[in-house]
Amino acid sequence: MTTAETRTSVSSGSPADSSRPIGRSSGVGVSAPLEKKRKRAALMFLLPAGAMFSLYVIYPIISSIVLSLYSWDGMSDKVFVGLANYNELIHTDTFYVALRNNLLWLVLFLLAPPIGLAFALYLNQNVRAMRLIKSLFFSPFVLSGVVVGLIFSWFYDPAFGLLKVIVGHGIPVLGDEHYATFGVIAAALWPQIPFCMLLYLTNLTSINPEIIEAGRMEGATGWSLLRHVVLPQLRPATFMSVVLTIIGALRSFDLIAVMTGGGPFDSSTVLAYFMYDQAIKYFRYGYSAAIAVVLFLIMLVFIVYQLRRLLRTDR
Amino acid sequence: MYPTPVHRWSPMSRGVYKASLPLALVIWLLPLIAVFITSMRSTDELMRGNYWGWPERFALVENYRTVLFSSPMLHYFLNSCLITVPSVIGSIALASMAGFALATYPFKGNNSILGVFVAGNFVPIQVLMIPVRQLTLHLGLFNTVEGLILFHIAFQTGFCTLFLRNFIKELPYELIEAARIEGASEWQLFCRIILPLIAPALAALAILVFTFVWNDYFWALCLTQGDDAAPITVGVAALKGQWTTAWNLVSAGSLLAALPSVVIFFAMQKHFIAGLTFGATKG
Repeated sequence: MTTAETRTSVSSGSPADSSRPIGRSSGVGVSAPLEKKRKRAALMFLLPAGAMFSLYVIYPIISSIVLSLYSWDGMSDKVFVGLANYNELIHTDTFYVALRNNLLWLVLFLLAPPIGLAFALYLNQNVRAMRLIKSLFFSPFVLSGVVVGLIFSWFYDPAFGLLKVIVGHGIPVLGDEHYATFGVIAAALWPQIPFCMLLYLTNLTSINPEIIEAGRMEGATGWSLLRHVVLPQLRPATFMSVVLTIIGALRSFDLIAVMTGGGPFDSSTVLAYFMYDQAIKYFRYGYSAAIAVVLFLIMLVFIVYQLRRLLRTDR
Repeated sequence: MYPTPVHRWSPMSRGVYKASLPLALVIWLLPLIAVFITSMRSTDELMRGNYWGWPERFALVENYRTVLFSSPMLHYFLNSCLITVPSVIGSIALASMAGFALATYPFKGNNSILGVFVAGNFVPIQVLMIPVRQLTLHLGLFNTVEGLILFHIAFQTGFCTLFLRNFIKELPYELIEAARIEGASEWQLFCRIILPLIAPALAALAILVFTFVWNDYFWALCLTQGDDAAPITVGVAALKGQWTTAWNLVSAGSLLAALPSVVIFFAMQKHFIAGLTFGATKG
């Protein structure tokens, strides 16, 4: 991105550019009808994507926020109830269970970047068939949440699951309210770790080898080389994997739906699933919109953070 | 290079390293391997409790045939194709136009529009659920593949636009200027100059969007009911209820559902990884 920016500023700043009738910068050197034509073209190119995105993403967000102030079952008339939905929410135990589980997801899911880094360091070698090995390590990421959920429900099955074979006796992981969430998170880490691994592997290959060699010359080895020389170079990968892991953790739905259905006794539910449950099972659209808005507000912090960085590197 | 390349290690540790690779791989993929072996086990063997011993008889063909023809699996599979392919084409078409506009025309609000596209892609999808469901109902597209396609196109467009806008920005601007001097209209410029140049980026995106849409479960649950338009993710989840004890069939079904994305990933690895790690080494 930086190169693109430099190039643009050079070309629009060069003296030759202003004498040319066509230039990138608006105004200077571009005749008025041409300028108008360009603006119209830009609009035409943006219109289809903009229209679809507004209809299916922007409008629903606003609509959900408005809906959260109403009581509605999807059929009869909406009744304005102000903040009653939110008030009910903060007096519901399940809301706190969901919130606690969301936090648990967030914390434990953040194990994915360091473990992914460990995998990347382990696999960053040139030996025969390494490409294939890396791809096989990565393959859980391309499986759908439903398939991962099924694989792990069966892995945990207390009667005949692989876990029973490994530890020697059956543990009803998904049927126990103390273990269910941990069981689901462990399953979710299985595809998330290779994703972080891939980000780190790509970043590792892009590091300038001279920096590492210079570190070695200075006498840094192993751990201190990693900590003081390599890790700072891996910051882009770390940033991406942390942000995407956080967003992934807050979005978790598929695995919970397939593995536990939020149970037993709502013990493994999260905001995303709680919201779905209220809408689909109980037709409490206003109330579930309120849950979605709370989730949205939590996520907004990370969205803004990611966005600011993105636009900053762009400038 | 970090860590120290193996060829500089002592022969002993190098040997240990090389031996550890297949072992680590087997442990890592154990759940998947186990599912694969189970999908080949015959039903009577499972009934007798032989879950983990070596299968006495391989019932691979038999199991996969049962899944394909004695359940609506093939129908779900077809639905998934009907949903995924148009969604990929649609979102990439829209995003390449929008990306082109954002990369080449310096109008006011350019950056904010980009910001909205990106932010929209990170919102929790649950906040969209009820309004999108209502919208689809009003359009008369509830429980149809078209309803799902329209949503996927719109939602995937955000991410694709950012990706393509950055890619187009990296192209030499002189090319665009030259074409304009030659008298090309903006539309010709887009079709004849830009599109061929961004073909590799389009390929990378197509593969990514394919896996995202193919693996979607949430929207399939929200926008369909019953079998008519349900994709394979819903079908597989339903198998679990239909054949509670027939894990060999559930396993076979899961593997069938996973097959297209796995095949596409291995066939087009380079593009897939290029798409996914875009941005990982920048900033």
